[in-house]
Amino acid sequence: MTPLLLSSFTATTALGCGLAATRAALASGGSGLQPCRFESVDLPTWIGEVPGVDTQVLPPALAAYDCRNNRLTQMGLEADGFADQVRAAVARYGPARVGVFLGTSTAGILQTELAYRRRDPDSGALPDDFIYRTTHNSFSLAEFTRDYFGLTGMAMAISTACSSSAKVFAAAARQLALGSIDAAIVGGVDSLCLTTLYGFASLQLTSTQACRPYDAGRDGISIGEGAAFALLERADRAQRGDILLLGTGESSDAYHMSSPHPEGLGARLAMEAALRSAGLSSDEIDYINLHGTATPANDAAEGKAVAALFGRRVPGSSTKGATGHTLGAAGAVEAVICALAIGDSLLPGSPGTENLDPAIAIDYLLQARPGKVRYALSNSFGFGGSNCSLIFGAAA
Amino acid sequence: MNPTLNAWIDGIGFLAPGLPDWPTARAVLRGEQALGAAPSQLPAPAILPPAERRRASRVVKLTLAIGLEAAAHAAADVATLTTVFAASGADGHNCHALCEQLATDDRQISPTRFHNSVHNAAAGYWGIATHAMAPCQVICAYDASFGAGLLDALGQLLVDGQPVLLIAYDSEYPAPLHAKRDTPDCGGVALLLSPQQSERSQCMITVTPTDEPAEHLADAALESLRTSIPALRSLPMLQTLARGEAGRVCLDYLPPMQLAVEVQPC
Repeated sequence: MTPLLLSSFTATTALGCGLAATRAALASGGSGLQPCRFESVDLPTWIGEVPGVDTQVLPPALAAYDCRNNRLTQMGLEADGFADQVRAAVARYGPARVGVFLGTSTAGILQTELAYRRRDPDSGALPDDFIYRTTHNSFSLAEFTRDYFGLTGMAMAISTACSSSAKVFAAAARQLALGSIDAAIVGGVDSLCLTTLYGFASLQLTSTQACRPYDAGRDGISIGEGAAFALLERADRAQRGDILLLGTGESSDAYHMSSPHPEGLGARLAMEAALRSAGLSSDEIDYINLHGTATPANDAAEGKAVAALFGRRVPGSSTKGATGHTLGAAGAVEAVICALAIGDSLLPGSPGTENLDPAIAIDYLLQARPGKVRYALSNSFGFGGSNCSLIFGAAA
Repeated sequence: MNPTLNAWIDGIGFLAPGLPDWPTARAVLRGEQALGAAPSQLPAPAILPPAERRRASRVVKLTLAIGLEAAAHAAADVATLTTVFAASGADGHNCHALCEQLATDDRQISPTRFHNSVHNAAAGYWGIATHAMAPCQVICAYDASFGAGLLDALGQLLVDGQPVLLIAYDSEYPAPLHAKRDTPDCGGVALLLSPQQSERSQCMITVTPTDEPAEHLADAALESLRTSIPALRSLPMLQTLARGEAGRVCLDYLPPMQLAVEVQPC
């Protein structure tokens, strides 16, 4: 693919709001995970909750969008001056030429879960103040973002579970390649809700402690929430050292709804496609941000795929021990982590992981370490067997 | 500057209330047959093993029905096809059951219900049924979902030079969510889009953005389907295609952005 410029990017997770907090935690090995005290949830698990989400107040004209997911969306958009960069792009290209491509798995379904507790005792009706379209629907965060910036062009939400906000980079790149837009807001937002907390628990996929990716004793995920965004533009604006999107690769497992292909076949296809798209060989990758959810099956399958393609030649880590698994936001959160790794010459480690699984034959980083990262690859895999790998680099 | 987004339609699958397949829909759109009032008939998906077939949800039956019809119409091998799914919502019945249980003291939801709750559940079952390991996209844009799916399908087709199967579909929510989102029934359209013309090609479409209002359908019952089931915002284009006419129609997308589609029969 033709490289694209990330002219601005930002991430808000349990590590904090914006890049400075994210950077500091990546360098020090800090984690945002804590025992779950979210809402009325009673589960023996740890979560990555973003502090202060519910203090966000949406603009009065957009009050219909008010819910935890859109509060988190606004919080994320306003971090690091990202919103100002978007406004500058809108001024440059016009409101019809800046597209919106956002990933989510559950959007604002928490709003519906709460509304179901307030049904009319006689009719069973949901309360009048519950608005499906602007809170629950998977498109709500993209429509909110489009309206937040007064945009008039293309917008879509991509919802492929935990690969959602990696796939938005590929979808936006296609439209930029065709010239149907001049810039794209890409990213992902997912917020804590009962459906995912109780759902992953029902599958016995949540850990009772902070998750330990690639650890021999790993026993499940820590669910997190997050909002991460990038502004994509053509690379002719790039200055030396700016972060570029160089390759995207997508595939399907065609195997099972909630278990990965045991040999990581779909994962391997996605990584190979991303390398082809970037015109790079596996030896040129300097860091892999692994999907690394810390379930026994995910890390074993991904580990096989990474070992088959990269052997022990390329260091990698999962940063989910720091952020938790931010589900539909994970692709964008980890794209931003790759951008920081390249810009800061820092290979992140894996908070929580202590005893590496000896059955997984890859170069897994427990601790952060300084190192030149020319090219970074990020993996995101989701339920339904949806896989996406992205490759980032720096402009020469 | 807007690019020329064009493709050939090689196969069509269709299912809506009173319209069980594309041949019936085509006859109704041509005015040869009246649209009868009947709920959508969702066939049991023969492609799934018996156990999965019995458990298949309405959206899984719907997407397999229209996707396989379009692929068969185009004589395409489903195992190799890139797919784009576009839906205005996920499985409404499953969502209701989860929210209802999560509002009680017993929150131990079923793991199957949970994995069926993802927006890409139908796409996941499609992969399992067809063994397709090609990229699979799953989009939501509320009422604009058909247009969003068409734009990404054309993007993949033009950038990768490969055929793409677009499966746009919607389903209903039961009460009490139905009062908040009143999609009446299951319905959808599948289009096998190709970057080159072949002997299977039905027509060529060229898509450009516009701010013109969308075409309405003269038949009130068809117009009601167009406005109540988001995937059927495609009906004006399908009517031009069904009549074998050349013409330009405007489809609803995301106000103020609409999509103008030039249809050129082959």
